[in-house]
Amino acid sequence: MAAITLKDIVKRYGDGYLAVKGVSLDIADGEFVILVGPSGCGKSTLLRMIVGLEDITSGELKIGDQVVNDKAPRERHLAMVFQNYALYPHLTVYENIAFPLRLTKGQFTDDEIREKVEFAAKTLELQDHLDRKPANLSGGQRQRVAMGRAIVRDANAFLFDEPLSNLDAKLRGQMRTEIARMQRRLGTTTVYVTHDQTEAMTLGDRVAVLRKGELQQVASPRGLYEQPVNLFVAGFIGSPPMNFLPGEVSGDTLSLPFADVPLSDDLRSRIGSRDIVIVGLRPEHFADTSLLEDGKKDAGVTFDAEVDVTEWLGSDLYAYVPFETSSEVAGTLEELDRDLDGEGMRTQLVVALDSESRIRDGDTATLWFDPAKLMVFDPESGENLTFDADRAREIDERNEADRKASLERAQEREKRTQRSA
Amino acid sequence: MRTLTTRAKVAWAVITVVVLVWALLPVVSIIATSFKLPSQLNLGTFWPKTWTTTNYEQIFAGSAKDLFLPALRNSIGISLIATFVAVVLATLAAYAIARLDFRGKKLILTTALGVSIFPVISIVTPLFNLWRNIGLYDTWLGLIIPYLSLTLPISIWTLAAFFRQIPWELEQAAQVDGATSWQAFRKAIVPLAAPGVFTTALIAFFIAWNDFVYGISLTSTSAARPVPAALAFFTGASQFEEPTGAISAAAVVVTIPVVILVLLFQRQIVSGLTQGAVKG
Ligand SMILES: Nc1ncnc2c1ncn2[C@@H]1O[C@H](COP(=O)(O)OP(=O)(O)O)[C@@H](O)[C@H]1O
Ligand SMILES: [Mg+2]
Repeated sequence: MAAITLKDIVKRYGDGYLAVKGVSLDIADGEFVILVGPSGCGKSTLLRMIVGLEDITSGELKIGDQVVNDKAPRERHLAMVFQNYALYPHLTVYENIAFPLRLTKGQFTDDEIREKVEFAAKTLELQDHLDRKPANLSGGQRQRVAMGRAIVRDANAFLFDEPLSNLDAKLRGQMRTEIARMQRRLGTTTVYVTHDQTEAMTLGDRVAVLRKGELQQVASPRGLYEQPVNLFVAGFIGSPPMNFLPGEVSGDTLSLPFADVPLSDDLRSRIGSRDIVIVGLRPEHFADTSLLEDGKKDAGVTFDAEVDVTEWLGSDLYAYVPFETSSEVAGTLEELDRDLDGEGMRTQLVVALDSESRIRDGDTATLWFDPAKLMVFDPESGENLTFDADRAREIDERNEADRKASLERAQEREKRTQRSA
Repeated sequence: MRTLTTRAKVAWAVITVVVLVWALLPVVSIIATSFKLPSQLNLGTFWPKTWTTTNYEQIFAGSAKDLFLPALRNSIGISLIATFVAVVLATLAAYAIARLDFRGKKLILTTALGVSIFPVISIVTPLFNLWRNIGLYDTWLGLIIPYLSLTLPISIWTLAAFFRQIPWELEQAAQVDGATSWQAFRKAIVPLAAPGVFTTALIAFFIAWNDFVYGISLTSTSAARPVPAALAFFTGASQFEEPTGAISAAAVVVTIPVVILVLLFQRQIVSGLTQGAVKG
């Protein structure tokens, strides 16, 4: 186990393409860090540079306290799970898992190898499949064999490159919790690449958001959700994604397409001399006014909206409200949409309401939101003007404390089960 | 798959039979001829009137023995060596071509293709002169070298296509698992490439085994003359008898290894030619 330190890592491919533009990141020993971003943003490239399959153009990569820029993959002692699993088709499951052990000539006896492989197989519930070939296994089983190959040796760190993207949704959920449990128990430093924000939010201690080879923000999942530094992070994290509306500033009011919002002094000073801003509101921060208690209603802003389509999902009701965006911010929002792999769909407000709500397609609904939850972004740079650095630090500190506690609990539990076994 | 209508089935059956007859008739005819008595060759019957093994005795123990047996030894030895060298070189070359981006990669592939389509007959005369000058005329090496020019290009092409289908990730996974480049190649790639290498070896062997032009032009004695060339030197028992029977018998003998190899390994050949071993 070891910490991994990236300092100004740059990758320029042979064809001149700059895939990673100076990424610095400190990954603590035992930490679970997620690299997330839309496809093509350089996540895999970064991971492959860490593991040694891709040369580092410039910058410094340390594992533990050793600079490993020029070390071959096998000298870095990292374990990697590939997107397509990369199992050896000619070897049985047993031999696939034993493969890394067999390469350490003479270090392990056959009995020790057997013991380790069987332990890994038991952890991953592969005992019944040890004699089978990978081609005869299901996707989830192959995935577990790939993980078995990673955990069987004492690697400095685990690296995952979108390991669940080839599985169906249900299995993905199961394997996700499986990976989280395994990592907590082993306490091994882990770097996990994904473009799926559910995986990013649920698995990681910290999440690093990448865009076009540049690191946008590194924070706890909660930190990213509550205190995104810019438009990109705000739009990427959260599902359904955050709504972005044009906001016209006149005096102490902010005019949105649906409603006027009074500005607090703090917000007023943060907006400064801008006449137009981009306003972000998460779908879950809206409510159906008719379902609200009276006290709460007065604390927020209510407005009437023509609901176009509704989707009832059991736990939530999504309502879609089309609106015209203003031309001043259209350019920025279109670019953002492209960066987020969007479809360039028409502008509409998505609101997630209580599933009890009786609002249906075509209704004129009275909706409510709390202006304190609103985020304001600079229309040019995309910077989050409502970003609160103290609050962000506080969230991350609390998250770090929670992580340490849960790691200790997991390892305590592990010791107990081993003693009783 | 769609089930065929009866008419389509019949049509396919007819086509199959026609193709089979077309392909096999000459082979059967040669086998039949090889069992005919030399005196009965001109009777005009398809099957021998009296079945006899005289022709086989003649090539293995009789008058044609000194012509045929050394030729058989030459054919086997030269073809095996040419195949072995071609496959080893082609495996390394094809691996580099499939995996590495280096300058001149296109050039190598195009040259290989060019060499393989170059008419043999236009090379053979200069080669004849050259070999005479440097002492390679009528030696094994003098045939192995031109055979390599036939077998290498096709071996490189088929193997490169084969290696391209093996996911590079496997090798990278092996390296991450702690293997050196050589170990990754040997433990993750070679086992998967084996069917392809094997198929290539068979194809290369047949090319060398079947050659006639180089065999007849670059040899003069039984020191290096291979079977296809040696057949041209067969003579009848007397000058009034034609050597057709003995030639047929020799032809059957050299065809047998080909048929046996294909029958034994037809599954590997088909899978080697059609897929590339790795899926999923
Ligand atoms: N071998 C390569 N040569 C040139 N460009 C590459 C190569 N591999 C990846 N790229 C480019 O680098 C960018 C980042 O790729 P990658 O790291 O695979 O993205 P991600 O994993 O985030 O989807 C992409 O635009 C891709 O086209
Ligand atoms: Mg990727």
